[in-house]
Amino acid sequence: MTEALVQVENLSRYYQNHRAINHLSFTLNAGEVLGFLGPNGAGKSTTMQVISGNLAPSEGEVSIAGHDIIEAPREAKRQIGYLPEHPPLYRDASVDEYLRYCARLHRIARPQVSAAVDRVKAQCGLQENGRRLIGNLSKGYQQRVGIAQAIIHNPPVVILDEPTVGLDPIQIREIRELIRALGSEHSVILSTHILSEVQTTCDRVQIIRAGELIYNASTESLNQGHEVSVRIALRKTVAAEALTAIDGVDHAETLGDGRFRLFFAADASPDSLVISAVEQQWGLYELIPEQQSLEDLFIELTQHEEIAAK
Amino acid sequence: MIWVIARREFVAMFQAPLAWVILAVIQIILGWMFLVNLDRFFQLQPQLMQLENTPGVTDIVVTPLMQLAAIILLMVMPLLTMRSIADEKRNGSLTLLISAPLGMTEIVLGKFLGLMLFVLVLVSMLMLMPLSLYLGTSPDGGKLLSIYLGMLLLLGAFSAIGLYLSSLTENQTIAAVGSFGILLMLWIVDWLSASVDSGQSLLAYLSLLQHHQSLLEGVFDSSDIAYYLLLITGFLGLTIRQLDRERLL
Repeated sequence: MTEALVQVENLSRYYQNHRAINHLSFTLNAGEVLGFLGPNGAGKSTTMQVISGNLAPSEGEVSIAGHDIIEAPREAKRQIGYLPEHPPLYRDASVDEYLRYCARLHRIARPQVSAAVDRVKAQCGLQENGRRLIGNLSKGYQQRVGIAQAIIHNPPVVILDEPTVGLDPIQIREIRELIRALGSEHSVILSTHILSEVQTTCDRVQIIRAGELIYNASTESLNQGHEVSVRIALRKTVAAEALTAIDGVDHAETLGDGRFRLFFAADASPDSLVISAVEQQWGLYELIPEQQSLEDLFIELTQHEEIAAK
Repeated sequence: MIWVIARREFVAMFQAPLAWVILAVIQIILGWMFLVNLDRFFQLQPQLMQLENTPGVTDIVVTPLMQLAAIILLMVMPLLTMRSIADEKRNGSLTLLISAPLGMTEIVLGKFLGLMLFVLVLVSMLMLMPLSLYLGTSPDGGKLLSIYLGMLLLLGAFSAIGLYLSSLTENQTIAAVGSFGILLMLWIVDWLSASVDSGQSLLAYLSLLQHHQSLLEGVFDSSDIAYYLLLITGFLGLTIRQLDRERLL
């Protein structure tokens, strides 16, 4: 039985008449990395702001480790480390100064502050930058300082709002590794609109659109259980019927230029295809397994309903 | 907790050049005025000797000096208070404070206390000039204490008003202009009272100047102290309310 660390029930949030979140309910279990996915303006940031206590919910309840964010805000906030979309940094403070201040704000006792600052600096790769002014650091390092700030009090729940926006590919990879490392000690809610990020770092994915939850599944189940498709290219001209005749192939799609997309039954493997290709000398020179990626799913879910809405 | 925020606020003020410039400019101008007032005292001294019940060196040198200081600071304090909350809002760093396990009251009191630390430094530096009179003469110690207290209370009120205006906007300039407007209004609000009978005493009571004047003259009236404390608590309360309200919008 896993314990629900964050419980969001029936949460709604209005900005004047605009409804940003609509009756959203979900939970975050201990030791889980939850990817929060959605197109721009879907309500991701608003949800994070409500969970972290920066915005009051219009309706519904949020509780963190059993503490209601409205009724017991201090206890609830103590359980959370929050990195907003724009890291809340003081540009004219040095990294050490800033982190010490954050540690004190999170009520870490004075004697333990130095140890906590050293720990997060090591975790976030900031050992060399302690005395530099935050304003002079590159965007990637500022982001690291932002993450360091969120985990300095060792909270059970870490909320990261688009932590890799605006970084270069190497920095993105480093931040992702950092997030994955965080997942071993903390429960993490990660919001992003970068799909591969979710696939590589998260245990579970939630897609929201227009403030509503439209998909919720583990990333593992996302990677399996769907139709397996293979894209092949043949030098010889072969009729699609010949391909569908092969054992295990459900149907074939002609892509032209000697290319086909073959759909296999869920647990079939394409070796029968290779055997027939070799036997009949089709000149198979390309064989690419295609998985239904999160991207397809995302586009399917978000676009499909948009069309339905029209 | 309040102390942690106050210290950060105080240190941050000195990390930017503005606080240093303000301290230096005020010190130079008031140092000059101190000299001018002292010079006038020397000119008046022979005449004063012949009078009974004469005003002392404190009345002739220190009181006008601090009157001028109050007017200059009325224009300068908005510049110091404007960034306090507005800048954190624009920067997004207010989120850091709100996400920490703190109440709004602690955040606002911390900010105010940080400003008051700066005020303490500022007023103490100004008071060094009257204290230097002890080298050559004997100023009225009780009056000096009353003047010191008066300046602290007045600047406390300036800070609380400035803090509130700073919490209303993300734009520092608007915060500065707004608090300057309110301060100036509270300064001149009793100028009308001579010709308008009704509400005369009320307008006079509202005036920042009236209450400050009596403290500068060494009159310690508890109603003046109450006026400043009410003004400070009132505006701090409004600031807390404003920040709380913003979470609902």
